[in-house]
Amino acid sequence: MSRVKPVAWYTVLIGLSLIFIAPLVWMLLTAFKTPGEATRVPPTVFPQEPTAGAFDTLLGNSQTPVLRWFLNSVLAATGQAILVLAVASMAAYALARLEFRGKRVIFAMIIGTLFIPGFVLIIPNFLIVDRFGMLDTLWALIIPGAAGAFGVFFLRQFFLSLPRELEEAAVLEGANAWQIFTRVVLPLSKPALATLAVISFLTNWNDFIWPVYVLFSPSQFTLPPGLAILQGAYTINYPVIMAGALVASIPVLILFMVAQRYVIEGVSRSGLKG
Amino acid sequence: MAAETATRVRRHGPLTPYLFLLPYAVVFATFVIAPAAYGIWISLHDWDYLLPGKPFVGLDNYSALFDSNSAVYSFFWESMSATGIFTVLSVPLLLTVPLALALLLNRRFRGRTLFRAIYFAPYVLGVAVIGVLWRFLLDPNLGVVNAILGAVGLPGDTPWTTALPWGWVTLVGVTVWWTLGFNAVIYLAGLQDIPRELYEAARIDGAGRWAEFRHVTLPGLRPVLLFVTVNTILVSANMFGQSYLITQGAPGTETRTAIMYIAQTGLADFKMGSAAAMSYLLTAGLLVISLLVFRLFREKDA
Repeated sequence: MSRVKPVAWYTVLIGLSLIFIAPLVWMLLTAFKTPGEATRVPPTVFPQEPTAGAFDTLLGNSQTPVLRWFLNSVLAATGQAILVLAVASMAAYALARLEFRGKRVIFAMIIGTLFIPGFVLIIPNFLIVDRFGMLDTLWALIIPGAAGAFGVFFLRQFFLSLPRELEEAAVLEGANAWQIFTRVVLPLSKPALATLAVISFLTNWNDFIWPVYVLFSPSQFTLPPGLAILQGAYTINYPVIMAGALVASIPVLILFMVAQRYVIEGVSRSGLKG
Repeated sequence: MAAETATRVRRHGPLTPYLFLLPYAVVFATFVIAPAAYGIWISLHDWDYLLPGKPFVGLDNYSALFDSNSAVYSFFWESMSATGIFTVLSVPLLLTVPLALALLLNRRFRGRTLFRAIYFAPYVLGVAVIGVLWRFLLDPNLGVVNAILGAVGLPGDTPWTTALPWGWVTLVGVTVWWTLGFNAVIYLAGLQDIPRELYEAARIDGAGRWAEFRHVTLPGLRPVLLFVTVNTILVSANMFGQSYLITQGAPGTETRTAIMYIAQTGLADFKMGSAAAMSYLLTAGLLVISLLVFRLFREKDA
């Protein structure tokens, strides 16, 4: 570090930052331009006549109910995060702390499915979801995704790292397994649970291929398949498409800013599974 | 020790662990185990979602993929080669560029967390957002990328989304821009696990920067490198959204990936038997490639 001049160093870092940020800023600026200005040559950077017209167009079209998509995305992503936390934490606790027959085999089986590529499950899962009457409903976006092995693996590793003493003390006080789990282990695991919740929420919010094929009615869409519809419907009316993309981006960017530590922690840990 | 074992045994009933596992086991069995097996069953039938009869056809769906006279043959292999081209072009970049970035960030300086977050930011946006965004930025006639290139005297009419090889440059470039933060963060965690003393020892031995990288950094990163390599190959082979939104398969169907063709065959044309067979064939291919990568890493060990 001492060998590099701070000025040169920060020039490189800021230059690189522009590559990542400029396209996002362009999305933001375009959403407030008129369709004509958005594609003007040479391009204008800042909107000359700033307008919320793109948002009016979006909200005024009943074929593209963006607010509904937004609500659906919030419900699906929140619902799945809650479901993942509930089922994965219980399973992970059993695998980390309880003694039972078949533990190793069950754990190996769960981990083994981390290597099944997602696309293999899409067609049979379409039929299974259909059989449960969940096609074209938000349930199709909430429930199947909670079967992923990552949450169980991630929480099991965390539970294993907790000191046993507190649990042993609770046993001596006569607590049963459920009480230990809910009153000792879960409160100690708040950072890990927060990490998993954020990662699950982001993954679900951004999921694309599955909602594209299991949702049909515009009123059932989440934002990602909705954006594909906007692209088809508004072709070169880019302010409208960018306004939709902005609506889909703002919540996750805010979540990322607030919970950055958790997101990056979760991603770093996922690498250690190899 | 004996007392400890005794408390452990006594603290829960024999069924308790299974009750804890039950909720997850239900979703896991229904949406992972069952479909993995059910898919094989489907692939052995002429399974058309829209038709009542789904006759058993044995391995016909598989053999059709190798029969140059079948209706699916050329489209399927065109899509497989699209996925192959994309994977071959993007994986090396996604292994090296993020490593360089991680080495850059693996120093102590003010604002490190901020810059790490900035480089990671595109990854928290979904493929739908970055897809429609880059479709706009790279629009051959109306996009800002060509406008800027034209303004500085470079060709301003590159058909980024409509012709080859530009379509591949676009798909690979956008994917690298979008996901390099993910690999960089994993590398960074791996770099921070390498003991400081190894670097100090190397310095005492008079190792230069390059020797340090080759003999300390790379060996220290091996498990992480293995994970990143296998994971990046799998993710690249799963590519769908970028082609779907940015090039829309163009020109013709040349940038239509295997996943796009499988999804279209199975879930838009509802020829599920054939699509399931394609997905298992692709999985078998990926399995072979993953095993080769594991092997490669083990040989380097010896």
